[in-house]
Amino acid sequence: MKVQVNGEELVIEKPVNIKEFLVLAKAEQPEYVTVQKNDAFVERSKFEETFVEEGDTIEFLYFMGGGSR
Amino acid sequence: MSLTNEQLERYSRHIILEQVGGKGQEKILSGKVLIIGTGGLGAPAAMYLAAAGVGTIGLVDFDVVDLSNLQRQIIHQTQDVGKAKVESGRETIAAMNPEVKVHTYNEQVTAANIQDIIRDQDYDFILDGTDNFPAKFLINDACVLLKKPFSHAGIIRFQGQTMTYVPGEGPCYRCVFKEPPPKDAVPTCRQAGVLGVMGGVLGTLQATEALKYILGAGQLLTGQLLTYDALTMAFRKVKLPANEDCAVCGKQPAITELFDYEPPTCKLRNTRVG
Repeated sequence: MKVQVNGEELVIEKPVNIKEFLVLAKAEQPEYVTVQKNDAFVERSKFEETFVEEGDTIEFLYFMGGGSR
Repeated sequence: MSLTNEQLERYSRHIILEQVGGKGQEKILSGKVLIIGTGGLGAPAAMYLAAAGVGTIGLVDFDVVDLSNLQRQIIHQTQDVGKAKVESGRETIAAMNPEVKVHTYNEQVTAANIQDIIRDQDYDFILDGTDNFPAKFLINDACVLLKKPFSHAGIIRFQGQTMTYVPGEGPCYRCVFKEPPPKDAVPTCRQAGVLGVMGGVLGTLQATEALKYILGAGQLLTGQLLTYDALTMAFRKVKLPANEDCAVCGKQPAITELFDYEPPTCKLRNTRVG
């Protein structure tokens, strides 16, 4: 199964939920990442019931501070 | 307003552009941009906006120039160490382009003062160059409530991101990132380091958005998060849907007045990173 994660292809063996996918896809700071599946935000409360399947496009959006000091 | 001969010469490379012209340069000259944070992002943004002839520039910062700032905060120079950043910024802008009116606010933005600062000169566009999440959420909420467009950006290590909010034209920062991460959960540049040029790249993109907004030229980064990875030289645009349930810009907003999250810890303030 091929999925796109932040623009890169990733092969996974079977559909997994977002919570598992965060580990599989090595998301940085999975506790704070914002997740989009096929251009829609996935609520954190729905991470366990939302599955990543063949052809899905997933985006991890990270907090980025920086700038001043 | 008509351009003087000196202005025609100074801004000739703008005026020759189809999307700018004399009319567009006049818009820039009467434009008012507020830059919150005169650090890695705000420094290059302020310099390019001043060079472009933005008539009124507001600088907000409560900090003084530190030696460790000079690796990236190019509006400040070696002799400015110890000086208030807004003063150092004002001096650099005055030397670059004496036509620009600079208003300085030597204070930290808070729920109590940010609306007054934005209203002070009725700024057209706000640029978030701050380094902490409480400030970033405060700027977002203030801009949503005052119906002001603003540019968000963040940088860390070799990475950066930016998006533009325009009232009624797409998601705000809070639509994407609901609330600040816990204190110290996400590293700052002071803790994790940042390649000096990252502020230049992202801050200059923010300045570009401000100029495009003033000119009404092209498409802004509304409804899009632009991410940049300097190690792979990859720019990506991620489409962002508006979030109807957003706590500040959604249909039934829970946030109707400003509040402060806990200010960031200052215990690492004098720790030199890298």
